[in-house]
Amino acid sequence: MSAEGATARDPRILVFSTTGISDPGIDLAGSAHMNYPPGVTVIGIPCSSGVRPDWLVHAIEKGFDGVFVAADGGDCALVPDCTARTAWAMERAQQMLSERGMDPRRLKMGAICSVCAEPFVNHMKQFGDTLRKL
Amino acid sequence: MSAQKIGVFTCHCGGNISDYVDVQKVCDAAAGTEGCALAKTFLFACSDSSQEEMMEAIRTHQLDGVVIASCSPKLHLETFRVMAHRAGLNPHMYTQVNIREQCSWAHRHDMPKASEKAVRLVRAGIARASLSRPLENIRVETLPAVLVIGAGPAGMRAALALSDLGLTVYVVERAAEVGGRIRALGKLFPSGRPGREIVARLRDQIAGRDNIVVYTNAELVEKSGSAGRFAVKVRAGQETISLKVGAIIAATGFAPYAPQPEEFGFGLPAVVTLPEFNELLTTSRECLRVNGRDVRTIAYVYCVGSRQSEGNQYCSRYCCTAAVHAAIQAHEIDPELNQFHLYRDMRAYGRNELIYEEARQKGSLFLRYDGGEPPTVEREGDGLLVRVRDELSGGDSIEIPADLVVLVTGMVATSNQRLLDVLKLPLSAGGFFNEIHPKLRPVETVIDGVFIAGAAQAPKNLAESVASSMAAAANCSAMLLKGHLDRAPLVAKVSAETCVWCGECVKVCPYAGAIVEVERDGKQVADVVPELCKGCGACAAVCPSAAIELEGYTNAQVTAMIDALAAEVVS
Repeated sequence: MSAEGATARDPRILVFSTTGISDPGIDLAGSAHMNYPPGVTVIGIPCSSGVRPDWLVHAIEKGFDGVFVAADGGDCALVPDCTARTAWAMERAQQMLSERGMDPRRLKMGAICSVCAEPFVNHMKQFGDTLRKL
Repeated sequence: MSAQKIGVFTCHCGGNISDYVDVQKVCDAAAGTEGCALAKTFLFACSDSSQEEMMEAIRTHQLDGVVIASCSPKLHLETFRVMAHRAGLNPHMYTQVNIREQCSWAHRHDMPKASEKAVRLVRAGIARASLSRPLENIRVETLPAVLVIGAGPAGMRAALALSDLGLTVYVVERAAEVGGRIRALGKLFPSGRPGREIVARLRDQIAGRDNIVVYTNAELVEKSGSAGRFAVKVRAGQETISLKVGAIIAATGFAPYAPQPEEFGFGLPAVVTLPEFNELLTTSRECLRVNGRDVRTIAYVYCVGSRQSEGNQYCSRYCCTAAVHAAIQAHEIDPELNQFHLYRDMRAYGRNELIYEEARQKGSLFLRYDGGEPPTVEREGDGLLVRVRDELSGGDSIEIPADLVVLVTGMVATSNQRLLDVLKLPLSAGGFFNEIHPKLRPVETVIDGVFIAGAAQAPKNLAESVASSMAAAANCSAMLLKGHLDRAPLVAKVSAETCVWCGECVKVCPYAGAIVEVERDGKQVADVVPELCKGCGACAAVCPSAAIELEGYTNAQVTAMIDALAAEVVS
């Protein structure tokens, strides 16, 4: 992972998405043939509050330019306040990145619900733009 | 990585995947990945013959796990878990990799990159499968009750079917009365029975049931829980009622298309929509009168609000037949009427063809217009003048002086943002509720336990609407009558060796009693009660020693997936 590498190609973004809520939203983006960059790949997990901060850091260390955590924004059937919990994990991971000398802006979270196809595509475009500038 | 033998099957999905992803390249890359013992491609992995072939391969090669790279797990995760089980594998040794919705369909502009991404996704799937272990499902008790939203014919008929099966049904209707759109309709094809009679019959049947409760002037305002055990709140007038149900059917119907001002003369006197014309038919006896004038000539303009180049691109499918049926009634009221039908394509399918023929025999004339050159409607004197270029007569321009113009309006989705906010169901391009799969899972949605019925899903006639409501009722009862759901056992587990019982997991666990303190080998450690754990992973995220983790999403699995996804693909 280097700043040079990131500008030479589309940013590689790892998305942690929830299998029950945001995955259907991301699926819908594909079903509606809304193109987004193929550098975006998704790992599904049951709830965004289950994301370990060290996974996020590991992904950046392994070469992803950024990690996006799709939170359910209140729709989660598992944990009603999962968004606040996810925010904690994000802060913790950003702190860990800073301690390792990496830019905390490589980590981002946003609410993606089961119908949020367009917001997802927009998030990916905007996050990609941010990452290109880092 | 473990020494598991994984079989990797990559699906073409006809061309849905292989048109945009090099499926052979994905298969070859899988074959060269550590842990993969067998790699094959299939034209349709979900077909019976493909499943038979995969089961044979699982047995012959004594595979420990299977990865299928195909569509969204929402569509076929269960299909392939069952296939794995039938082949003698534990169903949780199956991993689905989504290379359709989240790859081929999303990156149609870049086949090489989409193919590389598919390779990475498949390698991540192999990594996950290699670290999977056999698990047993957890049983969840379901509630024998269903919430039906919408008391139109689809909702009412579903409620009766569910009641017949012994389930308690709560019906929530936004309007003051039950019956939906057909309440206002006159004679319906083929029985000739008026809509209000059909509604009255359904309403009386419902009134006779002890296990159906109907709330009118009511709306669903809150939903929590999951399939089999939902808690919902319904606001009925000033009252808020809390209910517990196992499943939900959304049968919220449609709205008639409202033409724009001046669209085909809309707004001029004697230019009416199909629902308005139907009302006129129910109140007319020996002749039709509009604005104090006898109607001698009617012109119908078809496809109003349907098949638009921008806007509603879909065909509303019921309106050709509905207009022809209305014309027959008009002929019956006044056999001397002149009726001209200006259509684009006549879609009187199935036995509806018979009433199309009947209308022609009764004297209706049909003129075909091109969608690119639609008819015009303007005022002339006291009447109306309709101009159309008729394709059937070789493109002749025809002028029809008409006393009444009927705009054959289609169906649009009902707008109810509050309900959408609660249900969070995906919508089709036309704004109707989307099913998981039009052929394989036609009334299920991506929200487990929430089903759709009737014209809320797409334009439908009454027969189709009720048929889909029966399908939704059957799906609900198939889920609830067993009394239990088998839930994937993807719950937290504790490594007693590494746990130091710091208590962080208990602090964040949202489910009382799911994590308990136990003694193992002389030390205090955390333990998980699988029946109470819902598998959110909140505990795993905060465990400082990574001693507690989620089955199916263990640290080893997730980091192996990250590594596989991060690795460059050498072309």
